[in-house]
Amino acid sequence: MAATAKGTVKIMQGNEACVEAALAAGCRFFTGYPITPASEIAEGMARRLPPLGGVFVQMEDEIASVVALAGASWGGWKAMTATSGPGFCLMQEGIGLLAITETPCVIVNVQRGGPASGQSTAPSQGDVFQARYGSNGDYAVIALAPSTSQEMFDLTVRAFNLAERYRVPVIILSDEIVAHTREKVYIPPAEELEIINRKKPAVPPEKFVPWRPDADGIPPMPAFNSGYKVPVLSQLHNEKGFRADAKEGAAFIQRLNDKVEKNADAIVEVEEAYLDDAEMAVISYGAVARSALRAVKDAREQGLKVGWLKLKTLWPFPAGQVRAIAGKVRKILVPEMNIGRMVLEVERVSGGLCEVKPLPKLGGRCHTPVEILTAIKEAYR
Amino acid sequence: MNFNTLHTTHGRAIPFATGLKLARPELTVIVITGDGDAAAIGGNHLIHAARRNIDLTAVCFNNNIYGMTSGQYSPLTPKSKKAATAPYGNIENNFDLCRLVIAAGASYVARGTAYHVRSLIRLITRGIRHRGFAFIEALSPCPTYYGRINGLDSAISMLQWQKEHALDIKAASRKRPYELEDKIIIGELFNSEARGLNIPEFSQEYWNLIKRVKDK
Ligand SMILES: Cc1ncc(C[n+]2csc(CCOP(=O)(O)OP(=O)(O)O)c2C)c(N)n1
Repeated sequence: MAATAKGTVKIMQGNEACVEAALAAGCRFFTGYPITPASEIAEGMARRLPPLGGVFVQMEDEIASVVALAGASWGGWKAMTATSGPGFCLMQEGIGLLAITETPCVIVNVQRGGPASGQSTAPSQGDVFQARYGSNGDYAVIALAPSTSQEMFDLTVRAFNLAERYRVPVIILSDEIVAHTREKVYIPPAEELEIINRKKPAVPPEKFVPWRPDADGIPPMPAFNSGYKVPVLSQLHNEKGFRADAKEGAAFIQRLNDKVEKNADAIVEVEEAYLDDAEMAVISYGAVARSALRAVKDAREQGLKVGWLKLKTLWPFPAGQVRAIAGKVRKILVPEMNIGRMVLEVERVSGGLCEVKPLPKLGGRCHTPVEILTAIKEAYR
Repeated sequence: MNFNTLHTTHGRAIPFATGLKLARPELTVIVITGDGDAAAIGGNHLIHAARRNIDLTAVCFNNNIYGMTSGQYSPLTPKSKKAATAPYGNIENNFDLCRLVIAAGASYVARGTAYHVRSLIRLITRGIRHRGFAFIEALSPCPTYYGRINGLDSAISMLQWQKEHALDIKAASRKRPYELEDKIIIGELFNSEARGLNIPEFSQEYWNLIKRVKDK
C-alpha cells in the first residue's frame, strides 16, 4: 500500500475495494452468508470490522442476513450485506421489507451465472431485472453497476450516500469479473470523501409524525430509542404509521416510487466517449463496458463513427441520456452477459428513434472486444 | 450405483426428498447433506422433517466448515476454532445436530466417523432400513479448509484425531461425565424401534388419511 499525502493507492480486487469503501462510507455492520463469488467481501468485513468497533455476523442464510440489515439500520447504523444469485433470490422478500420501511442499506450482488446454482465461478449480468422487480408489489430501488475495482470503490461509497439520502435499499450489481480482477484503486483521504448521513427529525418528539415526508418526499429517520416513537410496519401505512386505507395506500406506494424515479436526474450516472459525431453507439455496463470501450476505439481506428456509453446506474434507468443518443445515431448495440435484458429498456426509451440491437453472451464468458467489434461492423453497414 | 439423483439448490435437499417420498412412498429416499447445508440454510427443513418423522435417510457429512465456498465457519464449527470468516476465532456456540433432531422427533439417530468406516457403513445401512426419519452424522475431515487453519494440516492427523476422540456409546455409558468432556460419542444414539416405540411415519400416515377420507 502506497500512502501519499493525498490518499492511498493499492492493488485490489473489486470485492476488496468494496470492503474498504463501505468502511470509508461509515458502514459498521455486516451480515452475510458465504457464496462464491462474493465471499471475499464477508471475509474482509470479518477481519476489518471488529477492530473498528463494528459487527460482522455470518447468519444462517441470506434471509436472515438481509433482514438483520433492517434491525441494524433502525438501530442507527450503516449496514451492508453481499451475496450472489441464489442468495439474492432468498433476499427478495427482505428487499421488499427494506423498501416499504424506507430503510437505508446496501446490498451487493456479485452476479454469477444462473438460474439456480448456475455457474458459481463465472460472471453474468443475469440479475439486472431481478434487482429491479424481484420482490412483490410496486416499489423502487436504486441499482449501480461498477465495471472496475476503482468504480467498485467509488460506487460503494455512493451507494451508502444514496441509501441515506433517499432512504432506499441500494443494490450494487457487480459481477465475477469486477469482483476478482486485481487492479489499481485510489482511495482518497477521508476528509475528501463526501459522506451523506440520513436526516434526523427537525421537530421535538411530541410534534413528530413518523412517516410524513418533507417537501423532498422523504421523511426524516430517527433511530430506535432516541426519544422519537416510530411504528415501523411491513404493511402499507399512513403518515402516523397505522394501516393505510385505499387512498393513503395509493399515495404511499406512489411516493415510494417517486422518490427514486422523480430524482433520477440526481441519481443517474453515466460515462461516455466518442459520442459527438457518432452514427452508432454501443451501450453497456459492468465488465462488458470494458470490452465495449476497446471495441469502440478499434472501430474508430478503422474509421467507423461509433460512440460509447457506460451505464453506472441501472435503476432508475438513465432514460434521458439514452433517449438523447437514440435521437442522434442510426443504431444502438447493447452487449450484455445475459439473454438481452437492459436492451429492452434501451429499446423502450428509444421509442423507435433508431434501430436497437441486442448482443447477448451466455454461458459465463464476457464478450471479447473482437466479438463486439465484429458486431459493430455488421450493424454499421 | 443404480440411483436416480437430484442435486438441489443449497439447503433444499430435504424438501425435495419430502415431495418425492409423499408422491412415491414406495421409494427409498436418501439425502446427502453437509453441516452448513443441514444446520444453517436448511436447518428449518431438517427439524421439520424430524418432527414429521418422514421416512427419509439423511446423511450429514460434518466437516465443521463450509468447504465448498472455501472455509467459512458453519453452525458446527466448534467454539474458538478459526475460519475464513472467524479470523479471531469463532465465538458462537455450535449445534449438536444429533441431539437437535432427537428433540425434534427423529426416530433413528446415529453418529459415525470417517475413521470408523465399517461401523459408519453399518449405521447408515440401519438408517436406510429404518422406517421413519433417520439421521446419521458422519464426521468427515476437511484438511484444506478446516484443518490447515486450525493446526491439523493433514488428512491423516485429522483421522488420528477422530480415532483418539471418538467413543462408542456403549463404552461411554460406563464413563463419568468429566471423562467424556473432550469425547465425541459415536454409534446408535437413538432408535425408536430398538426401544419398542411406535412413532407413526408421515408418508404412511398420509396414505392412511387419503384412504380414510376416500372411503367415506
Ligand atoms: C442460497 C445460497 N447461498 C449460498 C450458497 C453457496 N454455498 C454453496 S455450498 C455452501 C456451503 C456448503 O457447506 P456444507 O453444507 O457444510 O458442505 P461442504 O461444502 O463443507 O461439504 C455454500 C454456502 C448457495 N449455493 N446458495
